[in-house]
Amino acid sequence: MDINNAIESILISSGRPIRLSEMKKLLNGQGLDLELSEIRLAITALMERYENTSLEITEVASGFRTQVRTEFSNLLFPIWNDSNTKTSKALLETIAIIAYKQPVTRGDIEEIRGVTVSSNIIRNLLERDWVKIAGYRDVPGRPALLETTKTFLDDLNLKTIHELPMLPELIELSIDTIETPETDLSNIV
Amino acid sequence: MRAAVQAELPIFKGERLTSLPDDLFIPPNALELFLEDFSGPMDVLLYLIKKKDINILELDVSEITEQYISYIELMDSLKIELASDYLVMAATLAHIKSRMMLPTPSEEEEEIDPRSELIKRLQEYQRYKTVSEDLANLPRIERDFFATMAGLPSFKQHQEPFTFSAQELQQAFIEANARPKYKNEHRIEFEELSTQERIALILEILSKRNIVQFFKVLKKSEGRQGVAVSLLASLELAKDGRVEIIQNEESNHMYLKTIREAVV
Repeated sequence: MDINNAIESILISSGRPIRLSEMKKLLNGQGLDLELSEIRLAITALMERYENTSLEITEVASGFRTQVRTEFSNLLFPIWNDSNTKTSKALLETIAIIAYKQPVTRGDIEEIRGVTVSSNIIRNLLERDWVKIAGYRDVPGRPALLETTKTFLDDLNLKTIHELPMLPELIELSIDTIETPETDLSNIV
Repeated sequence: MRAAVQAELPIFKGERLTSLPDDLFIPPNALELFLEDFSGPMDVLLYLIKKKDINILELDVSEITEQYISYIELMDSLKIELASDYLVMAATLAHIKSRMMLPTPSEEEEEIDPRSELIKRLQEYQRYKTVSEDLANLPRIERDFFATMAGLPSFKQHQEPFTFSAQELQQAFIEANARPKYKNEHRIEFEELSTQERIALILEILSKRNIVQFFKVLKKSEGRQGVAVSLLASLELAKDGRVEIIQNEESNHMYLKTIREAVV
């Protein structure tokens, strides 16, 4: 069995990212005992082989996967999306707060957004496997603590949470920065 | 890229709304769309502040409160279902406004600006709102890029095909039918079946034949208890070296077999 081809077969047929260790185990099951570094080398060889094709190999949070090069995205879009399903602002704000402040409770999210978090949004995020319950905060009511998952990173083509865009700096608030409007009290009286 | 479409404003009659029309005689549907695009009261406030083109830090509570309340009333009159959160914000604004109007008791005492808490919240919200728009623009799987999925080759069948005769099928049914009903409710009763008697029974059967299937030493009517007693009896016999318990790997059947030498 050609090692490069064997690894290629794993990558293009698995339908999800695959770790080096997982590939090693699969190959081992077929009597091929390879070092992780050898598998990585094979992946590099495949990357070179794909140079003039529509395929590329990317590394994301849960491992390696083959993808279609993004230049073909618009071409493929209609196959996968019959309607341009828009992600709501509310959902985006919610996932942003979870991603940057994790772990957070629904209460934490509501405090920032100033609006009740709908159960639909949380359910949607759990169903997409973008968010998971990481535990419960030790306060009355024991609210669930939400965290983002590896799938969330995979789906945004990221390896780690640190690759997310930077959160804008908070302008520190001091008495000086607040300009008290010139309230002319004499007029009111 | 499609990503950019995410945070944009609704389209009405093919035109993208970029700002709330000043003209109040606008089709109510368009306005509804526009208002529903806000994700909450904080979003409305930020929009009002941005429209005035002022820094959050220079928030004029009095003016913003008036505008905010007129928006709320507008939404209410259009029968847009208002989350109670909008009313909470209206109350907060009115509270701050009233505090701003009160003269500070003494000029020396530096009182905390009544607006500071709201401003802090707005700033904090603004940060996450901004970053959520960045997130929306990140390439996303099945929207901006696609993972490959090759069809799988047909796998070699590992499972042996079933081969059995009509006779075996019938036998299997009879056996299954004769099996005691394990699911029956189990009541512990004192008049228990005697293990000693069962030992005698097994030995008697085995004296006529060399080997017997375990289930044949059971009586259906005895239920679970019968199975337990028979098993105990078999184990007892096995312990004494009088029978051998054999399990057939393929069929899972258990057999009791005489050990010739032991029978004196």
